[in-house]
Order: sequence, then structure tokens, then C-alpha cells
Amino acid sequence: MGILLAIQGAVSQGVLWGIMALGVYMTYRVLNIADLTVDGSFALGGSVCAAMMTLGMNPWLSLLVAIAAGALSGAVTGFLHTKCEIPAILAGILTQIGLYSINLRIMGRSNTPLLKLDTMFKQLMELTGLSSTWVSLITGCIFCGILIAVLYWFFGTEIGSAIRATGNNENMVRSLGMNTNVTKMLGLMLGNALIALSGGLVSQSQGYADIKMGTGAIVIGLASIIIGEVLFGKKLAFGTKLFSIVVGSVIYRIIVAVVLQLGLNTDDLKLLTAILVAVALSIPVMLEKRRQTASYKASLNDIHKEDQEGGHAGN
Amino acid sequence: MLEISHVSKTFNKGTVNEKKALENLNLKLDEEDFVTVIGGNGAGKSTMLNMIAGVYPIDTGKILINGTDVSLMPEYKRARLLGRVFQDPMMGTAADMEIQENLAMAYRRGKNRGLSWGITKQEKERYHEVLKKLGLGLEERMSSKVGLLSGGQRQALTLLMATLQKPKLLLLDEHTAALDPRTAKKVLDLTREIVEEQKLTALMVTHNMKDAIQIGNRLIMMHEGRIIYDVKGEEKKSLQVSDLLEKFEEASGEEFSNDRMLLS
Repeated sequence: MGILLAIQGAVSQGVLWGIMALGVYMTYRVLNIADLTVDGSFALGGSVCAAMMTLGMNPWLSLLVAIAAGALSGAVTGFLHTKCEIPAILAGILTQIGLYSINLRIMGRSNTPLLKLDTMFKQLMELTGLSSTWVSLITGCIFCGILIAVLYWFFGTEIGSAIRATGNNENMVRSLGMNTNVTKMLGLMLGNALIALSGGLVSQSQGYADIKMGTGAIVIGLASIIIGEVLFGKKLAFGTKLFSIVVGSVIYRIIVAVVLQLGLNTDDLKLLTAILVAVALSIPVMLEKRRQTASYKASLNDIHKEDQEGGHAGN
Repeated sequence: MLEISHVSKTFNKGTVNEKKALENLNLKLDEEDFVTVIGGNGAGKSTMLNMIAGVYPIDTGKILINGTDVSLMPEYKRARLLGRVFQDPMMGTAADMEIQENLAMAYRRGKNRGLSWGITKQEKERYHEVLKKLGLGLEERMSSKVGLLSGGQRQALTLLMATLQKPKLLLLDEHTAALDPRTAKKVLDLTREIVEEQKLTALMVTHNMKDAIQIGNRLIMMHEGRIIYDVKGEEKKSLQVSDLLEKFEEASGEEFSNDRMLLS
């Protein structure tokens, strides 16, 4: 029974974190940039949301402020990368480190509890009479559904196409009259806005915001994308791909819930995640190599056989 | 149409690797000029095209396209005026996007991109027609990813994309050099067709002297960042490859007689 409850909780967490994974996908796969702002912008979303609510702001409005703050943090990374020509990885790390101090400033401390405040989840629980897990799950699913639809639409528009093309071939995008600094900036802002939104939702659902809540978020995001790719394959239509990422995030949470139930120490969780991602990334490479070797050996055998048969015919 | 005056460019200035790529370059193209550009490696042919396109900033001088001073204009803004095809077939297209999506982006060159849908139904019909003219069967694969196409197919597509919106000037940077002879001929024929049909002004860099003589109405030869030979009209038509080699030696001096081997 315990494990079922744990899995149910994991699924609802997975959906909320899935929005963060969608944000990571925007930069990591669509723009082809490894953006490490993530850890900072996820905590930023939580911090801003918590700080706003503590000030008495409506939880839904606080979420909007968190989204704006996330977009701003993406713009900072974008500015450092495009205008100052700092390599994307370094630009992201700089923003992320800076955000640590900024998040502390925003909250005024390292942890802000929201338990006494009216979070959006509490409002919805009162409204529907459902348990907190169910409310998180349903809210998460509605958010993911709307976001996937909006992202699908956006990346089909002229600007969206240009952003996708930038991740493919920057040269071409410029030669077709689009400023790649702008497309990169937009991609980074969109990605980090999603990540901060996820941070805000998670903080409201767990009832607190913590300065460390974003630590390792990038790896969790990558894990979700990769689990999705392993399960559904890489050649998917754009909408299905986004869906597969949310599923990947849910499965990641289920794996975590199961191993914790089996007695894993929570301190070892980050190591487990790192190993999971490393294995998931390397397995396809190894399988491909094995396949290559196997087919080479098979072809050698074929040639050997043909030679022998040819030899007999000659005799 | 195109006016280049006193343009110079030195790479790695002040270091041991200093390279004068262009030296006081002057060139004026008339409307509907189709100019072939030849010259040895490092003569500044590609640099000239890149300077016109704005890939790197120029050190001095002025570049005017269709009367607009583009000397300081960023690459993406100049793109409004230019169609470009590159030597590398991978450079002109986005591999993970569909053929029709690539065309749709090229169709929007020089226009403001907004939040309207990236490709309309009427466009698709138009792309179907223009692809059909290529004769490569691409019109039946419009929603295939460009990455699945061969180098020649991609180059033909890039050419189509560069001219989908009529450019003021078409820049072809050895665009057949990476293709096998048969495909190269096909792409070259296509280039000719499109340039004639749309009455384009074009600059084509090539290493093939025969092509350089046969194609276009004007030929320029570059050496060490300068134009050392400029010929047009009847005089150009009657040129022989041997004449070009002679000119090359004459202009560049004895020390380059070895290039005879390189260029023939």
C-alpha cells in the first residue's frame, strides 16, 4: 500500500517537474545549447512565488511573476552569450551562480514556508474536495496540456520555425535574414520561463520554497528528456515529443520513489540520478557499436561461405 | 547594382599569421551581370563574397548594393538583398526540418517574421510546383527532413531557396565544388536557367575554367586580394583556357608559374 501511495505522489510530482523538463528541452534540443541557468531559474521561480505570496499576493498572480522572473534570467544568459559572446555553458553557469545570491535576497532567508498561506493547490482542494495528490496531479496535467498545445503552436509559427532552425544551422538562419541573437535570446527566455513556472508550481505544491530546490534540476531535466527518448524513440512529431518528455519526468519520479521505498538513502539520490543519465546516454552508443560489429561479423561469414561455395563450383 | 570601392581586409592583423585577404578592391556590377570569379587558393574570392554578405566586417572602403550602403550593415539585414549558396551543401539548409519548412523560411527572407503560421496552404502548392521543375522528385517528399537528401539534392534546394524571393544579387561560392561531375553539371545548368529566367545579377566563384568562360557575360580573375583581369562580352566568349593561364602568369609574375599545374 505504501508503495502505491508513494507512486501516486511521484506521478503528481513528475508532472509538475515535467514542465521544467520541457524548458530544458527548449534549450538543450531545440536551440542545441547546453543552458546551465536551469538550477538557478528553477529556484528563482520558487523563491519569487514564495516571496510574492508572503507579501500577500494572489498565488496565481505570483506564478505569473515567477514566469516573468524566469524569462528575465534567460535574457541575462542570452545577453551574456549573444552580445558578450561568452560560451553558452559559461554564460549559463554565471547566471546560475548569480541567481543563488539573488534568490536569497528575494526570500530574505534560505527557506520560506508556505504552509500557512493559501496556495493555489489549497484553493483547488477546497473547491473540489479532492486530496492534495490528486489536485497536484490534475493541475499539473492541465498545465502540461495547455503548455504543450501552446508550444506546438509557437514552434509552427514563423518566429518559432526560425528558433528551431537556429539550433540546426545558424549560418542559414542569418543568410535568410533572421537575427540569430534574437532567436537564441527568445529560446533562452522561453525555456527559463517554463523552468521558473515549474519552480513556482513545485514550491506551492510542496508548501515551501528552498534556496537549494533547484540543485541538480538540469540533470533531472536531461534524465526526463532521455527517458522519454528511450521509451518513445527519437523520431517523433513535435507534439508527441513534448508529451514524451513529461512522461519521462513522471517515470523518473517513479523510479526515485521505488528506490527510496526499497531503502535507498535520500543523500544518495543525486548520485543515482547522475548514474541513470550517464547510463541512458551511453546505452544507445554501445548498442550501436555492438550492432555494427555483429553485422560486420555476419557479413564476413557470408563472404566466407560464398568463397567456399565458389571454390566447390570451380572444382 | 553592386559597387565595391577601395575595400581592404586583413585577417589576424599584427600577428605572425597576418593575411591580407583583400587589398583596395574595386568592382562595379551592372544590372543582370552574371560574373564568374576565378583565381588560385587564397586569392580572396570567397573573402570578397563573404564581405559582400557581411560575414566579417570590412577594414576600409564601401560596399553598395542596389544603391544602399551596406558597409556596416549586419549580415542578417543584408540578407534582404542577397541570395546565397555555399560550397558546403550542409550550410544552406536546416537538416532536421522538412523540405517545405526550409523553403518557407527562405520565402520569408527580408520580411518581418511574426506569429502567423510558418507555412500556408497556398505556399505548399507553389513549392510543389517549383520543386517539380527541379526534376529530382522532391515535390513528392515535401515533408521529408532535408537531412535525408544527398549533397546534390541539398545544393539544388539551397539554390531554389536563394532565389525563391528574387535577390538583388546572387552569391554563389563554389557551389558545385563538393559535388560529383554529373550532379555538378546538373546544378550548374539549373543555376544558368534560374539566373536567365529571373534576370538575376550574380557573382559565381568557380575553380573550373571552362565553366568560368562558358557561363555568364563577364569574368574576373583575382590574385592576392586584387582583381587582375576583368573581361566581358565578345572578348570573354572567345577566351580559351590557355588564354586564362597566360593572363594569370602575366599578371602574377614568374613566381607563380607553378600554378599552371594547379589550375589546369
